Amino acid sequence: MNVIFISIPISLILVGVAVWAFFWAVRSGQYDDLDSPAYTVLSDDDDKKRPRKKDNR
Amino acid sequence: MTTTCYHCGDAVPADCTLEITVDDAPQPICCSGCHAVASMIFGAGLDDFYKFRPAPTGRPEDISAGRVDRYARFDEDRVQQDFVFRDNDGICEASLLIEGLYCTACGWLIERSLDGVPGIREIRVNPATGRAMLRWDPDQVHLSQLMAHMGRLGYQPHPVLADAMATQANRERRSAMRRLIVAGLGMMQAMMFAVALYFGQYHGMDPDHMQFLRLVSMLVATPVVLYAGLPIFLGAIRDLRNLRPGMDVPVSLAIGAGYFASVWVTFMGGPEIYFDSISMFTFFLLVARYVEMAARHRANATNDALARLVPDTAIRLGGDGGEEEVPLRDLSLGDRLLVRPGATIPADGTVLRGHGRVDESMLTGESDPQVRYAGSSVVGGSVNLGDSIEIRVDRLGQDTVVSHISRLLRRAQAERPGLARLADTVARYFVSVVLVAALTVFAVWWRIDPAMAFPVTLAMLVATCPCALSLATPTALAAGTNRMASNGLLVTRGDALETLAKVNHVVLDKTGTLTEGRLGVVEVRRLSDCSDRQALAIASALEHHSEHPLARAFPRDPAGAPAENAEVVRGAGVDGSIAGQRYRIGRPDWVADLSGAGVSDELARGAWVVLGNEHGLLAAYRLADRLRSDAAETVAALQAAGIDVEIASGDAPSAVEGVAERLSIRRWQARMSPEQKLARLRQIQAEGAVVLMVGDGINDAPVLAGANVSAALNEGTALAQTSAAMVLLGGRLRHLADGLATARRTLRVIRQNLALSASYNASVLPLAAMGLVPPWLAAIGMTLSSVVVVMNARRLCGRDHAVGRCVLPPANTRSQGVLQP
Repeated sequence: MNVIFISIPISLILVGVAVWAFFWAVRSGQYDDLDSPAYTVLSDDDDKKRPRKKDNR
Repeated sequence: MTTTCYHCGDAVPADCTLEITVDDAPQPICCSGCHAVASMIFGAGLDDFYKFRPAPTGRPEDISAGRVDRYARFDEDRVQQDFVFRDNDGICEASLLIEGLYCTACGWLIERSLDGVPGIREIRVNPATGRAMLRWDPDQVHLSQLMAHMGRLGYQPHPVLADAMATQANRERRSAMRRLIVAGLGMMQAMMFAVALYFGQYHGMDPDHMQFLRLVSMLVATPVVLYAGLPIFLGAIRDLRNLRPGMDVPVSLAIGAGYFASVWVTFMGGPEIYFDSISMFTFFLLVARYVEMAARHRANATNDALARLVPDTAIRLGGDGGEEEVPLRDLSLGDRLLVRPGATIPADGTVLRGHGRVDESMLTGESDPQVRYAGSSVVGGSVNLGDSIEIRVDRLGQDTVVSHISRLLRRAQAERPGLARLADTVARYFVSVVLVAALTVFAVWWRIDPAMAFPVTLAMLVATCPCALSLATPTALAAGTNRMASNGLLVTRGDALETLAKVNHVVLDKTGTLTEGRLGVVEVRRLSDCSDRQALAIASALEHHSEHPLARAFPRDPAGAPAENAEVVRGAGVDGSIAGQRYRIGRPDWVADLSGAGVSDELARGAWVVLGNEHGLLAAYRLADRLRSDAAETVAALQAAGIDVEIASGDAPSAVEGVAERLSIRRWQARMSPEQKLARLRQIQAEGAVVLMVGDGINDAPVLAGANVSAALNEGTALAQTSAAMVLLGGRLRHLADGLATARRTLRVIRQNLALSASYNASVLPLAAMGLVPPWLAAIGMTLSSVVVVMNARRLCGRDHAVGRCVLPPANTRSQGVLQP
């Protein structure tokens, strides 16, 4: 069980990285709108050229 | 059954033949405004918008919204310096407040649609705040073009200054989010170690391992308590300083004592640590705070809305007669201003030259335009419907009527009665009980067994910590809010739903609430053998060239023959030819001049618009504000639910009486100023009624804020909406009745939840006080009670009614994902 003396500090470092990543995301405004992004993925057109869709068919 | 418009959901007039092809099937469209918007959406391949929007969109009222020249003034450097930021590469950035933006689908539509415009570097639309952030290259595209693009989609953009309030709200939200993240991650870690420690208690654990696990638990709990929990401690200190102990006091006592006891145990040895429990408390409490904060921020948007009522520039006349466009803040008293037809009057003043009709409905609720001559006074914020007038500025800024109304509004908001105070009282009571009980328990155990006194007291504070209690209300509210939103009623204030369930008196505004708030054709009179349909086509083609509000009453038919040589004659009407025949539409005597025909007295006196050609008069149209199609149904449903319905209007008594009669509403009052409406509201409230105010115009804003709960129609003035606690989507009154039923069910669930969690807390309190609750049992009990409460709230989300069309939750139920298990 002595492995926890190594594995737990590693997990804590990972948590630290996660906190840093979250803070970075908050700072860059990614949490300012919590609703739209969740639903935009449902629509199948994350292709920016979509407005010219008619030309493609 | 009437067909409804595919775009806006309004009833399609019987004489309208417009349609649009969706998936190879024709769909009806009610007017050319909707047709233009829908065609644009389909043309850009953005049809998903119709799939994802929660409710039909508002009708694009203003046909000039899509015209570039309307926004031309925002291209001027002098105007732009206030709200446009330019970076070193010459890329401009501005923030726009978008009227009509309520759901994510709208935001998606605007983003997608503008993304393809050349010159746009970035566009981000945030439906939660109703704002869009734009970055564009001024060499490739003008701001006015981008704004016109939004206008063509049926949304009204307004540039906003980076005001301190919004920035502060943003900072607060981000800080809350950071604390939530720290508490959440810390909680997960602490609980993971706690599970290991619990196992260790049963199966035996190496003391080194146990000590190590306690140390790391402390390591992860420390930032949770000291960073994430900081606002709770600060709140408790503030409460104590004000001698008004709130929930924060026992909560910080539990967290603080639990933390320091656990630290003590970690270093000095002892039976139990509480790092997991206190991290979890902190997290749950922060979630509840976040919900509350989101609701508060929404309410603050009012300030923006008021600012946009007044035009940002005015045309000043120089001494030499020259015209100069100046920003509003550069105006001074006594300046002479030119107000063009259709423009908003920039400040309170006196008419110097010209006479015209002024639409003051936003300020007074008066539905008919008011005539203003030289010497009479005009109010800033009203709209000039007649010819150009020249005015002298009499009052500016804080002294204007609009400012006065906004002060009333702030006062009413400050006086908001009821629930908040009640919650405070209950909290204080609960807090006192817990504190006294904790002290007693500590004293008693100190006599029995000093070694057990601290752990037992702590266990009691932990066990009574209102985890389920604090989740009981927000989860049910969030679920109920979501349900109501999918039925077309957006709740923008946290307490609106609770109050709505208790409402027993509804006060309705007339103009724009019971009626559509815009002129429509209510009566057609044939004056020749020309068929109604033909005549209407001609009238529409002619009026297409006019921006006059009267012209909007005529449906647009893009398939009809266009008018040629059309000329808009101010104060008279439109003159033009169709298929070689010359026509006029407008003031009866002016139209009759074309053929030399006489005009009957009736036509000359009433509010008639006449169509005629060189041979005589063809048809006459009487225009008036029409009753909403669902007004009668809604009033009947409300009355059936045992609710008193009453009308308070700023309009003339005759108009109000007619409406009241048709809706069988017995109590009504006319010609009421905002102050009088507010006074009437206070009077009803003093009689013990819980009042729901439904309104529209800016004059209703203070009244909306003063009512126990209020709703605005989304076609209404922006200000009324943001000061209202609820917004009826798509201008549909009938959502009110549905919403009321949902609110009552939600309240029932809240009561059940409170009973459940209170009985858990009440039963666990004596057990904990007796020292009979081991930590693991307290943890399981606490979690179970929370889960039960949340599951009970989830029942509200059930879709037993045919609601299907809502795919999206609206922007303002943003905290939901956090609350759900």
